[in-house]
Amino acid sequence: MPQQGLSWDLLADLQLLLEFHFMQNALLVGTLVAVLAGAIGYFVVLRGQSFGTHMLSQVGFPGAAAGVLVHTSPVVGLIVFCVGGALGIGWTGRGVDAGRRSESAAVGSILAFSIALGLLFFRLYAGSAQGVYGFLFGSILGVTDQDVALTAVTTLAGLAVIALIGRPLLFASVDPDAAEARGVRVRAISIAFLVLVALSVAETVQVIGTLLIFALLVTPAAAAQRLTSRPGLGLAISIGLSLLFMWGGLSIAYFSLYPVGFFVTSLAFATYLGIRLVKAAA
Amino acid sequence: MNPLSYDFMQYALLAGTFTALAAGLVGYFVVLRNEVFTSDALGHVAFTGGLGALLVNLQLLLGVFGSTIAVAVGMGSLGGRSRGRDVAIGTVFAWVLGLGALFLSLYTSAKSGASGGTAGISILFGSILGLQATQAAVTAAAGVVTSLALLAIARPLMFVSIDPDVAAARGLPTTAIVLAFLVLLGATVAEAVQAVGALLIFGLMVTPPAIAQRVTSRPFVGMLLSGALAVGFVWLGLALAFYLSYPASFFITALAFGTYVVTLAVGRLLRVTT
Repeated sequence: MPQQGLSWDLLADLQLLLEFHFMQNALLVGTLVAVLAGAIGYFVVLRGQSFGTHMLSQVGFPGAAAGVLVHTSPVVGLIVFCVGGALGIGWTGRGVDAGRRSESAAVGSILAFSIALGLLFFRLYAGSAQGVYGFLFGSILGVTDQDVALTAVTTLAGLAVIALIGRPLLFASVDPDAAEARGVRVRAISIAFLVLVALSVAETVQVIGTLLIFALLVTPAAAAQRLTSRPGLGLAISIGLSLLFMWGGLSIAYFSLYPVGFFVTSLAFATYLGIRLVKAAA
Repeated sequence: MNPLSYDFMQYALLAGTFTALAAGLVGYFVVLRNEVFTSDALGHVAFTGGLGALLVNLQLLLGVFGSTIAVAVGMGSLGGRSRGRDVAIGTVFAWVLGLGALFLSLYTSAKSGASGGTAGISILFGSILGLQATQAAVTAAAGVVTSLALLAIARPLMFVSIDPDVAAARGLPTTAIVLAFLVLLGATVAEAVQAVGALLIFGLMVTPPAIAQRVTSRPFVGMLLSGALAVGFVWLGLALAFYLSYPASFFITALAFGTYVVTLAVGRLLRVTT
């Protein structure tokens, strides 16, 4: 880790930050992840699917463990499990709504089981405690060159699809009935969107972990929607905040040696709180 | 080999039985009152609270119980839930977990060695086979007290949960009853964290009552069935863990989930054939 501490010379600090290959990888993946998460998150909040997102991330946990177990990249396992989970939700034809009693009990049961499955996979692999913590709370050390390539491909694909279906998706999210009447294929779009969420969750987990993705996928978008109701501007703010939390979290984690997940969630929490307080005062 | 000839199995059985009983009984009301995600959030709090206590050299149990009960009461007194608050709650609890990750890292670096590295894992995934005699006794006693207290308030609590307005009109102290329930919920989460871990408490607190509600619509029968199912899963899970040497919390959760899936499938078949 860094040889000498921080100084007021920003250029030297930046050089220090980019000194090691693992950190270059982490920043590269972090940037890609934050852009996609900020964009997808905007629609997640708009559509009120934050609990579905939470659920997909926990379904991803055994996926990551399975990826390690069969000696491919954990990101591959994450993508397979998350997309599978998303298609499952889409197939049953219901959104995941925390408000309904029987459904939230079913969701809770599935969550506990998928985490337990992840635990079993890790035990089968005889994985270390640090490995488990990495997937739960994120790690700046584990990103390989292969992961960077995979993340770049999925991010570009995700952004391309968002650009393609962005307009009808916005329409279908704000007013599904009117969109349906105007010939938008609402159901197909919502399943496509769930798959996008799954991809984004799978990517995000590798940097800040299964349990903390809320801070990148939901909080920036929620903050953006409190600041503006214009979709284009909101989307830009959401991506910007997501990038800010990611870069800030990664840099502080690098210089302080404490977990990146803590700093990303703290930045997100503080920003959200600040915006709420300012809005309440105004 | 006889599992019961080992101390650790006796402790696990003692603590596990009464924890499961409390979790099944309290869990019935968690599902009935639709507070599944409150208990999820409390599990996260237990992780951070437990590690925070270890960090300042307090007892782990003290931190877990203290933090869950305090937050359960706090969340309850904030009152009604609405759609827009999902985001606020999610953001706060992501931060609480992040704080837990920081505590974990501080604790691990302060206590280098095996005990530091596995403390977090045992809070997250349970440590029922690693309990000491006093821990087992405290957990079992807490389970007995919570179960009895819940049974004592079960009748008015059922009334308040099913129809709060009529209950209030009939002169029941609804606020006090709900508050008592939240204290019990906090205590139960803390006990369940010992048994199956902060991330798997749903396996004991939500799946058994969800099964019970599929099987019967009679409330008190369902409540007792939920408690009995939870105890059964823990017994079977401990036995499997003993012979197969994989984590007990995996078996407990998997048994519960398997039974839930079978119940759903049988229910669907019955509906088709009749």
